[in-house]
Amino acid sequence: MKRCLVLVAAAVLVAGCSGGGGGTAAPQPSGGGSPAKVTLEWWHLSTAEPLKSLWAQRAKEFEAKNPNVTIKATVLENEAYKAKLTTITQSGNAPDVFASWGGGVLKQQIDAGLVKDISGDVGDVLPTFTPAALSAYQLDGKTYGLPTDIGLVGFWYNKKLFEKAGISEPPATWSAFLENVKKLKAAGVTPIALAGKEKWPGHYYWAYLALRIAGLDALKQAATDHDFTKPDFVAAGQQVKALADLQPFQKGFLGAAYSTPDGQSATMSNGKAAMELMGQWAPSVQTSSGKGLGEDLGFFPFPAVEGGKGQAGDAFGGGGGLTVGADAPKEAVDFVKFMTEMGNHSKAVESGGVLPVLKGEESAVKDANLKQVATLLAGASGYQLYLDQAYPPAVGQQVNDSVAELIAGTKTPEEVGADITEVAKSEG
Amino acid sequence: MTTLTKGPEALRLPAPAPAARRRGRWVTIALFLLPALVLFLLLVVAPMLVALYSSVFRWNGFGGLPTNFIGLDNFTRLFGSEIFAQDMWHLLVLVTLSVCVQLPFSLAIAMLLNQRMRGRALYRVVFFAPYVLSEVITGVLFSLILAPDSGMANRLLSVVGIESEWLANPDTVMPSLFLVMTWKYFGFHMMIYLAGRQNIPNELIEAAQIDGATAWETFRHVTLPLLGPTIRISVFLSVIYTIQLFDLVWILTGGGPSHASETMAVTMMDWGFKRSQVGYASAISVVMFALSLVFALVYQRFVMRRDLEGATTTMGGRR
Repeated sequence: MKRCLVLVAAAVLVAGCSGGGGGTAAPQPSGGGSPAKVTLEWWHLSTAEPLKSLWAQRAKEFEAKNPNVTIKATVLENEAYKAKLTTITQSGNAPDVFASWGGGVLKQQIDAGLVKDISGDVGDVLPTFTPAALSAYQLDGKTYGLPTDIGLVGFWYNKKLFEKAGISEPPATWSAFLENVKKLKAAGVTPIALAGKEKWPGHYYWAYLALRIAGLDALKQAATDHDFTKPDFVAAGQQVKALADLQPFQKGFLGAAYSTPDGQSATMSNGKAAMELMGQWAPSVQTSSGKGLGEDLGFFPFPAVEGGKGQAGDAFGGGGGLTVGADAPKEAVDFVKFMTEMGNHSKAVESGGVLPVLKGEESAVKDANLKQVATLLAGASGYQLYLDQAYPPAVGQQVNDSVAELIAGTKTPEEVGADITEVAKSEG
Repeated sequence: MTTLTKGPEALRLPAPAPAARRRGRWVTIALFLLPALVLFLLLVVAPMLVALYSSVFRWNGFGGLPTNFIGLDNFTRLFGSEIFAQDMWHLLVLVTLSVCVQLPFSLAIAMLLNQRMRGRALYRVVFFAPYVLSEVITGVLFSLILAPDSGMANRLLSVVGIESEWLANPDTVMPSLFLVMTWKYFGFHMMIYLAGRQNIPNELIEAAQIDGATAWETFRHVTLPLLGPTIRISVFLSVIYTIQLFDLVWILTGGGPSHASETMAVTMMDWGFKRSQVGYASAISVVMFALSLVFALVYQRFVMRRDLEGATTTMGGRR
């Protein structure tokens, strides 16, 4: 009984307390006209090297330059980060500086008055960013954050295992891709590593197929007309099912996480699967979760789908950026600008942890695969943000959830379309 | 205030009237009760009311109180939802398994460890130990043990040619989950039964044996009936625990694969904190609360009535 009450109480307390406002910054006046002491609460999710140490180092440098500032960093893994940020923002607070993917989730936070409009403060540096990188943080002509990373999702593959299966060239079309999956299976190689427990890696397949088959405009339109039952979306589901029916994933993938020792990234990193569909951070997570593939790691973009309405050059993915809490002190904005300065940011690019967001930064990319990603991005004909960030959280999570059910074989492509539509409509 | 000032006065009277004395006693009780009462109202009753209130709104949890009133839509949507139906089914399965498998197993172990045997105390401690671990630690521990590829369970079992995907397969996830639940909780129920067994006077057992009862007959007609109150309370605890089952599932499977191990609390967490539909999540919590409450009341009224005589069910009138 008591446990039940506590559970209910906890849920509602978090929901119920609102408008508390205020970050943790507590400016204390100090004598002698020196700037007030400030603590900046900074949340991000770069748990893998090299970014983990690089970011910490930048924070130290900022502290050294601004002796009145102390930076308190909270670093969480992807899923935990999303959950904790949602909880704290629902309580009416936001960290002073926090990582954001932009899109629908950011919009919800802006609507709730939790994010600072920094248009005025960053006006001088805006022209230094590439428009693609900035777009996720600009809404209605206002700027709410600065990007630290921009990239796209594509296939990371193990060249050795492809060779073993007699595949000389990465597939350029979806049907060739399915053929290759069969070849890999025939050669006794697990074709694809997938984190089925976490759902977001699975949604990449449906999202990319929808982008190729239905097209960029259809995905954007679905955000407003809430209709995911259109034939093109169902067709995308059918292709996901066609792939899943080949049983291309590693043993026990439905229970696998992404970055744990037994997860998707480690499976790939230890040469136990031939490819994974993942964003630009994949190599660095592979290195920290397993042995790493080194020279054997290759990249190819998501193949074109024959007869699809989408452009083969359309990219799907996202980046990362830093947004500032509504009640954060002005030092928070300074910190965000500091992190994205050419000299500072290009160090992160050189390390291979992130991709260029500033104009003229491309030369800092050292890794051949990442260069390929950067080139594809520069020449992309269109850009779609991750669906679980682009749409409101309920819809985005339902996409993740439904695609997971599709892959597990418990739902049909038609049911998946109907389920997402139902949730999208409930958001009103 | 008036009662407060009258309190000390009453004490000074050499022979206070019975009414005044009784009032003085109530003041003392109220004073002692006050802190707990305030906490209870603030942390238990108030959130419950807020949950009840927000369950009739469409609300994403941001900013102020909800405004978009939608009546009982959240509840109609919930009762029409497949996930919720599945949650109820999982609840039924787990309750049945707990009551029919886990508790008899605990009882058997308790009876066994009640015998005179070497290392009895050690066994009791070892069997009870899992209960002391936190749910999260248990979850992490078993997700490592049951990992399909490199997990200890599969490595050991592969010696005899058995392998399972455990938590990673919709067909095996519920039995695996129940296995973990049993591992964690059988020691607790065993301890309750042991304590209950030790309250049974040995004379009764001896008398039965002198009358020529076999071990089974002694258990069936002497021990078991006298363990009645203990068994009833352990069934109660087990069911209430299962209705609220959350932490273990959240860590082990997150409700997956594909909702195959989802419980009501997991669904609530998902909608409230990952999807920002706090109104809908509140509706789930209200249903969970109602379910626990109804079960608790009905069970106490009809099953535990004899055990609780004068405690809760017959309060007022007959005290």
